[in-house]
Amino acid sequence: MNKNQEELFILISGRSTRQGTSMNESKFSKEYLEETGVIQICPEDMTRLGLTAGDLVCIRSEQRSIEIPCVAAKEKELPSGLLFMAYGDWSSRLMGSDTHGTGMPNSKGTDVYLSKVCAIKKD
Amino acid sequence: MQNELKVVSNATCTFCGCVCDDIELTVEGNHITKAKNACVLGKAWFLNHQAGEGPVARIRGKEATVEEAVEEAARILVDAKFPIIYGLSDTTCEAQRVTVAIADWVGASIDTTTSVCHGPSGMAFQGVGEITCSLGEVRNRADLVIFWGSNPAESHPRHWGRYSTMPKGLFVPNGRKDRTVVLVDVRRTKSAPAADIFLQIKPRKDFEVLWMLRALVKGLTINEADLIDTGVTLEQLQNLVDRMKACKFGVLFFGMGLSMTRGKHLNVEAALALARDLNAFTRFYANPMRGHGNVTGADNVVSWQTGYPFGVNLGRGYPRFNPGEFTTTDTLARKEADAAMIIASDPMGNFSQAAREHLASIPYIALDTKETSTTRAAAVAFTTATYGINVPGTVYRMDDVPIPLRPAFESPYPSDEKILRALEKKVLHLLQAKLQASN
Amino acid sequence: MAITRIKGGKIYDPVNGINGEVRDIWIKDGKIIAPPIEADILPEKVIDATGRIIMPGGVDMHCHIAGPKVNLARKMRPEDKRYAPHVSRTALTRSGTIGSVPSTFATGYLYAGLGYTTAFDAAVPPLSARHAHEELQDTPIIDKGFYLLMGNNHYALEQIAKKDYEKLNSFTAWLLESAKGYAIKLVNPGGVEVWKSGGANISEIDQDIGHFNCTPRQIIQGLSQTAMDIGLPHAVHIHCNNLGIPGNWRTTQATMDALEGRRAHLTHIQFHSYGGEPDDQGKFCSKVQELADFVNSHPEVTVDVGQVLFGETTSMTGDGPLGYYLHKVTGKKWTSADTEMEAGCGIVPMVYKEKSFVNALQWAIGLEWYLLVKDPWQIAMSTDHPNGGSFLAYPEIIQLLMDRTYRQEILKRVHPRVLERSCLKDLDREYTLNEIAIITRAGPARMLGLKNKGHLGIGADGDVTIYNESSNILAMFELPYMVIKYGKVVVEKSEIRLQVPGNTLHVSPSFDPGLVGGIRKWFESYYTIQFENYPVTDEYLSGGGTMIPCNKK
Repeated sequence: MNKNQEELFILISGRSTRQGTSMNESKFSKEYLEETGVIQICPEDMTRLGLTAGDLVCIRSEQRSIEIPCVAAKEKELPSGLLFMAYGDWSSRLMGSDTHGTGMPNSKGTDVYLSKVCAIKKD
Repeated sequence: MQNELKVVSNATCTFCGCVCDDIELTVEGNHITKAKNACVLGKAWFLNHQAGEGPVARIRGKEATVEEAVEEAARILVDAKFPIIYGLSDTTCEAQRVTVAIADWVGASIDTTTSVCHGPSGMAFQGVGEITCSLGEVRNRADLVIFWGSNPAESHPRHWGRYSTMPKGLFVPNGRKDRTVVLVDVRRTKSAPAADIFLQIKPRKDFEVLWMLRALVKGLTINEADLIDTGVTLEQLQNLVDRMKACKFGVLFFGMGLSMTRGKHLNVEAALALARDLNAFTRFYANPMRGHGNVTGADNVVSWQTGYPFGVNLGRGYPRFNPGEFTTTDTLARKEADAAMIIASDPMGNFSQAAREHLASIPYIALDTKETSTTRAAAVAFTTATYGINVPGTVYRMDDVPIPLRPAFESPYPSDEKILRALEKKVLHLLQAKLQASN
Repeated sequence: MAITRIKGGKIYDPVNGINGEVRDIWIKDGKIIAPPIEADILPEKVIDATGRIIMPGGVDMHCHIAGPKVNLARKMRPEDKRYAPHVSRTALTRSGTIGSVPSTFATGYLYAGLGYTTAFDAAVPPLSARHAHEELQDTPIIDKGFYLLMGNNHYALEQIAKKDYEKLNSFTAWLLESAKGYAIKLVNPGGVEVWKSGGANISEIDQDIGHFNCTPRQIIQGLSQTAMDIGLPHAVHIHCNNLGIPGNWRTTQATMDALEGRRAHLTHIQFHSYGGEPDDQGKFCSKVQELADFVNSHPEVTVDVGQVLFGETTSMTGDGPLGYYLHKVTGKKWTSADTEMEAGCGIVPMVYKEKSFVNALQWAIGLEWYLLVKDPWQIAMSTDHPNGGSFLAYPEIIQLLMDRTYRQEILKRVHPRVLERSCLKDLDREYTLNEIAIITRAGPARMLGLKNKGHLGIGADGDVTIYNESSNILAMFELPYMVIKYGKVVVEKSEIRLQVPGNTLHVSPSFDPGLVGGIRKWFESYYTIQFENYPVTDEYLSGGGTMIPCNKK
């Protein structure tokens, strides 16, 4: 993937054990910030995109862009085309505010674009 | 007091909706050093618990007396035209009840974290009804247990061991061996290895698949072509339907995977309708995997006091309900609220950007046990004691069972209930003065 | 030390044989006292009730107002409330919603507004007792309590099967004490367990319950005896098997016979009095006379009616399989919630229509009961709120009972076949005010064993309702002039004047502590909470609570 190309992925956000345990200490703790401040990509997609763990990627939703380091998901856990983030500040920034009359914005299974560099102004 | 050692038995953990009440806490002074029976999340809850820091009360970041802060908080609420109150999942029912009272007196919107969690499930329940049971029914009778859009290994670690798949029960004498466990999810999560059957569904296909299951249960014909892009095959679904019809007691536990993705309440309606349809063949249930320790309590309290579960507005002097209109994400993102009170939750850390920006622009009160993005930007912030660790009271487990808390040690900080009672008193006083002034 | 005097009212106090006499009532420290002889004792407050009618505060001994089932119904039905009247907040009182399942504050205010000062929720699973207590704490003004579901309780069924009545008695006492409940409630005894185990239901009281090796007959006999043995103030409270099914009058009769002379209260008896056959709606008819004959010759048995009124409401019951049946029959949304080891529940929206033969006959059957039971002390008014209708319809029932012309008017409008299948058109009886006072306060208080309620004699609680006398019965009972609770004015001119918390009434029967170990062992094998976290402690009791003593022989 060249640095200006964007690819469509589906983002899943969810609970992770480390996110759950570290939030008890503090939402400003190093562990919590680390756990919620990365995005998981499946190993095949990482390879195909020429990414290594720690590389910054740009994730763009309809509302916002964020720049965030990536890591490889555990083998076989994440299918190709999906991304995972532990719930937190960063995952929520990508969330829209339209709740479709339910009170709850879509926050799982949302369309996002991944690229190596943020083309537009980001948060 | 320092280094005084004591053991608190039958303590209740409120980190997740399992609300395990068999925790044995070893307490040394004001630290919990052991939490026997607790899972990894529970241990972190009890052991990593940091006593609050700094003053009890702050006004715009500066230390203030509780009286001053309560006065300022009351003024913010009473002077507002469209105040909103939100949160409440991590506090006792006793505190929740006072909060709804305050909302009533000032004519606020009252909403809980339900609206960003299982609120859509609540809406589905209003459409279809629900067939549910307490967790002990699952323990004693269930031979088929399905998890859909839920990752209990990481979100509710003791659910399987204490309630749903492992334990021996009256009609399930061999425990796990007598049960079939099915997991349906878009990722092969850490829960998958423990399941007998794993169906990896494609994202945003839950409604379609659930609806096709309903069709198969009713004996309608489904073509393989209908299942393209769902990630599952007809054979897999038919197999599941056969098991569901043949079981003695089946239960479908559903999580945020249904309520937070495209379709939301419609996904949950499909799951609830499926469970209901299966009652023509056997006993079948659908139960939500509630997240926080007392979000179920918040639902219950708001419901019995107002008649509606969440997203309630009291501005006209009586309760009105409308998700999307009075729910907090919406009243913030649309810039309708002009003041807020946030209790035991962190919308500045997990709401949409538009909602966060607006919240930052209005005066709001925050009550929390520790520092968060929400408390940092509050006009009035209270540091309070932690329920279940310092404060006694009542909480409700995910299946609506009410459970008492057994605190481990006292906190120098007041409970949410104490602050809220003082606030209620002050609010009534200000309202009275306002009324007299206008006469 | 505040003394209140209510002067000049026409008193209806059936317990003390006062039938319309003009007398004063004196209340001190919340209790009724004899009029002071000393001339220098002056009351702090004098209420002029000249020309008005006075009765003791109403006592509702069967309604569904608090607990998990009621709250599920609230959550489930926002549509029931949107266009219904609501309760607006005032400087003193909280807001609320009404519909068929009012919110808690509204419940307290509305009951008080009708002149009721005591109400009991009829069915709470012990595991959720804490929840019911919390809701009752938020149900102001009235005194209240609830009955504990036991007819499908696993421990109880086990002891009944083993015929170990000593254990059954101790368990029941322990359970009532732990939950701070008031009475034993049987709902479709054995039938809910059959349903939970995958069976259909129970239709006969000698049907086997499967795993537990006992029959509904044995449950009925066992627990009716237990209520007497441990001296509970209220008899066992029974929702018979087979509710709502045409032909079920036989099940009701069999239940009555099974009691063999023991005290019992059969609830919402209207739903259990149907002749005909399950699969032939055309044959549906009333069998009230046959069952009323039994009640008329058995003073130890009491009933409440469960009157159906036309309109929309919500059915809610501890009878799980009944919920499923109603869902299938009506096609409406259905909620069911089973509680481990103890109980079930079913909730379905309901509509009763004048033009429906079945509904109209149900309505007529309820009225037949009131008119065919000879002794009003044996029959209590109820709608099984909200199952047959809201408690707000009580004044309408009073009108139906006191005014046969009004009954006849409605009979002209309902489905015509009702006239052949029910004898209502031939029943001329009209209730007197004295009889109304019996079926709405004196009788229920006596059935519940509440010695200080339902009457205005010395020592009674100062709960008094003052009505404006009127030939418009409906208006008279819908809008009391004043309602007094423990001697304080709580309602005046349809406004709440004082918000008191009301007292939770409960029993604390004695039991052999040596048997608790066995209960604990059973509990820990099957429940999913800790044994120590099961009992409810005193701080959950509204107003501090009042323990009503048991009379163990």
